[in-house]
Amino acid sequence: MSLTTTARRRRPAMLAAGAALTLALAACSQGSATNPTSAPQPSDDASTETADAPEPAAEDVTITYMNFSSNDGQEETLAAMVEAFEAENPGIKVAVETLPYADYFTKLQTAVAGNTEADTYELNFENFVTYASNGVLAELTGVPADVYKPAMLEAFQLDGTQYGLPASFSNVVLYYNKDLFTAGGVETPSADWTWDDVRSAAEKLTDKDAGVWGMYQPVSFHEFYKVLAQAGGEFFNADKTEATFASPQGIEAATWLVEKSGTVMPTEADGAGTPDFDTNLFKEGKLAMWTTGIWMFGALADTDFEWDIAVEPGKVQQASAMFGNGVVVSARSQHPAEAQKWIEFLTGSEASTKLRVEASWELPPVADESLVAPYLEVTPPANRKAVFDSLDSVALPPVIESQQEMQDIVSEELGNAAAGRKSVEDALTDAQDRVNALLG
Amino acid sequence: MTLTTPTTAPRLTSRTPAPTRRRRRGRNTAWVLFFLAPSAIPLLLFTATPMGASLWVSLHKWNLLSPMEFIGLDNYTKLLTDPTTRSIFGHTLGYIAGYLPLVYVGGLALALALNQAFKGRSFFRAAYFLPVVTSWVVVALVWQWLLNPTNGLVNTVLGAVGLPQPGWWTDPQWAMPSIILASAWKDLGFVMVILLAGLQAIPGELLEAARVDGASAWQRFRHITLPLLSPSTFFVVVISLINGFQVFDQVYVMTGGGPAGASQVVVGQIYDLTFRYGRAGEASALSWLLFIVILGVTALQIRGQRKWVTHA
Repeated sequence: MSLTTTARRRRPAMLAAGAALTLALAACSQGSATNPTSAPQPSDDASTETADAPEPAAEDVTITYMNFSSNDGQEETLAAMVEAFEAENPGIKVAVETLPYADYFTKLQTAVAGNTEADTYELNFENFVTYASNGVLAELTGVPADVYKPAMLEAFQLDGTQYGLPASFSNVVLYYNKDLFTAGGVETPSADWTWDDVRSAAEKLTDKDAGVWGMYQPVSFHEFYKVLAQAGGEFFNADKTEATFASPQGIEAATWLVEKSGTVMPTEADGAGTPDFDTNLFKEGKLAMWTTGIWMFGALADTDFEWDIAVEPGKVQQASAMFGNGVVVSARSQHPAEAQKWIEFLTGSEASTKLRVEASWELPPVADESLVAPYLEVTPPANRKAVFDSLDSVALPPVIESQQEMQDIVSEELGNAAAGRKSVEDALTDAQDRVNALLG
Repeated sequence: MTLTTPTTAPRLTSRTPAPTRRRRRGRNTAWVLFFLAPSAIPLLLFTATPMGASLWVSLHKWNLLSPMEFIGLDNYTKLLTDPTTRSIFGHTLGYIAGYLPLVYVGGLALALALNQAFKGRSFFRAAYFLPVVTSWVVVALVWQWLLNPTNGLVNTVLGAVGLPQPGWWTDPQWAMPSIILASAWKDLGFVMVILLAGLQAIPGELLEAARVDGASAWQRFRHITLPLLSPSTFFVVVISLINGFQVFDQVYVMTGGGPAGASQVVVGQIYDLTFRYGRAGEASALSWLLFIVILGVTALQIRGQRKWVTHA
């Protein structure tokens, strides 16, 4: 009850946050990938076929749709969207294939290379650019543009041509197990927390004998560029010709990431980094704090302990990661008109937006704020406002042509520092040199 | 009279000449092709064609999505000057150097032991062969778990007897030894079966005669068993070397090439180049470099075998 009042009172703030997000998106214009390390998309239920039971009639058209974001928890929401679409469009069927994020892009690019990709598929923004510029996406015409937030729609254009529709966006927040905080007599995280507060709470709540850890934050590229922004550092120089992250702020950021390992955070030898490790640890009630995306809301809806979220604390400023997904039509689709109809329904219709918001499946990219309002009233977590507050200060991933190699280099060198094989300074300097070599 | 019959017969055969023989040869060719087809067609479709395609791809710049761009031998020159190539071949050779002696000596010991008559021998033979037919993913996960630095069985035992506990797959120094250990364990049964067959082909009277002449057990092993086992040994070494150069599954599952690239092998790099970094052309060129290396090493072994392989 008090939760809903808070939520109602905060609605104007949310609208403001929505506007801020639009600005943030417009500013970024080269979005992001859903973070593979902080968002391990579990591999159980690896591939779900939702071909509808009755055999389609002779004149029926079947559209295939491949996606990763419904994996682990939102498969039924997507199925409900498909059902609503099929009810509204007799004669068009949708067959869904869902893959875990970790395997998704390997499978997708192999399928594209072999001309066997689905009619419609999901792409995160960063990969969208690659696919759009290689000419494998169908041009979309007559899109109902006023349905979407303008910046989000523009994000899926290349040289003025619409090649995809925005489907959802999400960000990363600090999750915490309220029961562990209460039991340990530690004050719960709030908006004015900094790294120091996180550190001292994590130290108090770690109980290695009981297998309880204070904090989990992956030691990886996707965490690093964000904590670098939290420390006030820059990944690249202004004209993006040189990496500059081996700065004093970079060292501070990397130290913050690696110093937790083994003291308040499980190490690789404890299983850290293996699929679902952090998710399971948190679900079992053995993790006090965790930085991960709002896409986990669904999977954590029925834990047997209380949890909540807060804006991720920073060092000199707050900075939160934000990610966006879109849906595209393959240039080789035999049914481009029906395919476009389906993705317009999936991303912009009132019916699917309502389903998305009710299920807390990330956030819808629609312009109509009233459709998003109910999001704040669903619990857990009680403090949903933090999702929008986080958008006030967004850190976007640095993007270069050899993206995956850069990410691997940074993650590998941070791993060297975390394992004590190199000093933080050496690891960062080496990473910076190697990234600069990629820039050529 | 009596002579006519024998002389006519040969004359007849010599007169049935070329056309028939040629026809017969043609018919033979058809039969040969017919019997070859079941293995030749799949070989052509699933081995020769992809190899040709990869040779073609290796001359291009291609990220799997874009149209291919012809760049000649650039991928090869890039690979030959890239220090990463040296390091991944180094890791692969390191793997072979550890794996081959371990799996051969272990397999030989097992074969000798299981060649003796004792109760439950078939059970042990089957048990040691079981890992060979088990999926690599399962074996690698089990070994990753056994070699867990903090709570794995191996380190628990080492700790209990006061020995140092290595970091195994989390430590760059120990990552490759971890993989070697798991691989040797899995392939032990294969080597055992081949050598067991070799041992059983050694005539008992040779060993018997040596015993009568007063040769010790070691002398019989050294001068009769080992030389007569050399064809089997040769087979095991050739196959293990080829497999060793192609090591991938266990590396992918156990370490992913890490930590810090310390266990990255050639095939792992081919995979990463194609599916992580979108450099399919370079990856295909690397496949061909690996093919040439394996071909060369195998050719050398076949030449070398004359010096040490005894054919009974």
